[in-house]
Amino acid sequence: MIAVEHLTKRYGDLTAVRDLSFKVDKGKIWGLLGPNAAGKTTTMRILTGYLPATDGTATVGDFDVFAQGNEVKKILGYLPEVLPLYPDMTVTEYLKFIASLKKIPAAKAKESVAKAIRISGLDSVKGRLIKNISRGFKQRVGIAQALVHDPQVIILDEPTIGLDPAQIIEVRSLIKSLRGSHTIILSTHILADVTQTCDGVVIINEGRLMASGSLEELTASVRHKDGAVVKVRRNTAEAATEIARIPGVEKVQRQDAELKVEWKTGQDPRDEIARLCLDRQFGLLELRPTAMSLEDIYLKIVSGGADQ
Amino acid sequence: MTNTWIIAKKELRTYFTSPIAYVVMTVFLVLVGFFFYSLMYWFNSQSMQMAQNQYYASQININQMLFSPLFHNISIILLLMLPLLTMRLFAEEKKIGTEELLYTSPISVGEIILGKFIASLLVLVAMLALTGLLAVFTFLYGNPELSSVLMGYLGLFLLGASFIAIGLFFSSLTENQIVAAILTFGSLLLFWIISWASSAATGFWKEVLNYVSIFQHFDNLTQGILDTTDVVYYLSFAFFGLFLTHTVIQSRRWR
Repeated sequence: MIAVEHLTKRYGDLTAVRDLSFKVDKGKIWGLLGPNAAGKTTTMRILTGYLPATDGTATVGDFDVFAQGNEVKKILGYLPEVLPLYPDMTVTEYLKFIASLKKIPAAKAKESVAKAIRISGLDSVKGRLIKNISRGFKQRVGIAQALVHDPQVIILDEPTIGLDPAQIIEVRSLIKSLRGSHTIILSTHILADVTQTCDGVVIINEGRLMASGSLEELTASVRHKDGAVVKVRRNTAEAATEIARIPGVEKVQRQDAELKVEWKTGQDPRDEIARLCLDRQFGLLELRPTAMSLEDIYLKIVSGGADQ
Repeated sequence: MTNTWIIAKKELRTYFTSPIAYVVMTVFLVLVGFFFYSLMYWFNSQSMQMAQNQYYASQININQMLFSPLFHNISIILLLMLPLLTMRLFAEEKKIGTEELLYTSPISVGEIILGKFIASLLVLVAMLALTGLLAVFTFLYGNPELSSVLMGYLGLFLLGASFIAIGLFFSSLTENQIVAAILTFGSLLLFWIISWASSAATGFWKEVLNYVSIFQHFDNLTQGILDTTDVVYYLSFAFFGLFLTHTVIQSRRWR
């Protein structure tokens, strides 16, 4: 549904995106993941036809973004990084304006606006001026704006930014509810956004493609080790040496009061660790799995980029 | 055309749901009313005196003595007011981030510009139409020449359209409304006073300076003379402003 090939964008001397290629299948949700200034927004602006690319091609649906920009714009919903809201309009007025802008026939407009309001949970504020509603509602108006014409493709630039944890969860479930009927790309620098909503991910840094694929593919590619963090009340140093002796454990690293334990996949020694701590009365406080492998790839890529 | 109208409607709603249009129109009407009153007062006393003498009495002409200076006064007020009406048109979209929405919608840049231009033109028409009330009074109590008055209004409309086109252009250059207003105001003033320089120039340059000056073409129309040169001047001026706006917006996106 979306295909990007060898995309390059230069602003003067600055290269924002270099030779980026990826594909998103119909009905899937993909995340564009990267630190700030990685080129996420530029990539999305190119896909939406807001910016031209210096080189490369991009297609959305059956249309070439550069040659058939207007056709692409008709099947595309876009939430820019800065919410494109008119503060002096009410939510309903605003969405009606968007509906007309997106060429929804007048007869269908009312229904489309009502549907967007319902999906985005805006019923309680639909008559209020946009400038008077909270940040969380504004974000939802932004999303409703991208949905109102029921586009085949939705591009969301940082949909969860500036929201409180409860709102983030709501927005994520809203996005998940669109899976299947819409093809979605969302950008984020928050890993949890990707792991909880996306089918696949494109990781970019400094404009370069670092990794891409479905979540399973990516985690499988790096998942040869698992790990856990152990925290004990007493004798941390002794615990470290004892745990290192447990069969299967490859590495124990002490970090302040915590021990980072790694082992080969399939040889889970957590039972033994727990038993050891109880037997030796170390006072087990915590035994939790370390974060997922995707985070490892991501951090490696991001910090690797910063080292260079 | 429907796309253009969608944008125009949105701009009109913004003008009239915010205080902008009301403030601009009210101040404009107060000033015009004051000028009309003082000109009428002067015309009255002048015609009393002139009526004493057979020759002068035949020279009394309300079109030349009241309307022509009134139209000139209105043109100066428009020069001061219209930049305030146009300054927000693109600058604000840029500032609040809505331009990204407009340019990623299935609607062309030309349609967006034209929509905004038409919205401002309609506000201008409303402003001019409301001053028409003053003209109605002069027709009730006197006998001015209708065609001259209409010609003056046509002149004001064309002049205002050029002002608006220039205002749009400067609004597209910046995201700061004040900057847009000052640049518009400054360049309009320059186009006005350029004709003063023509009195010092001779030959070819004198004609060029006179032709370029935005108010030079206005004189004929206030006298009730319809010259296609003047109409063409204003239309090309407005077109040029819109064309520049289009170029600026496209170049920003394609840089």
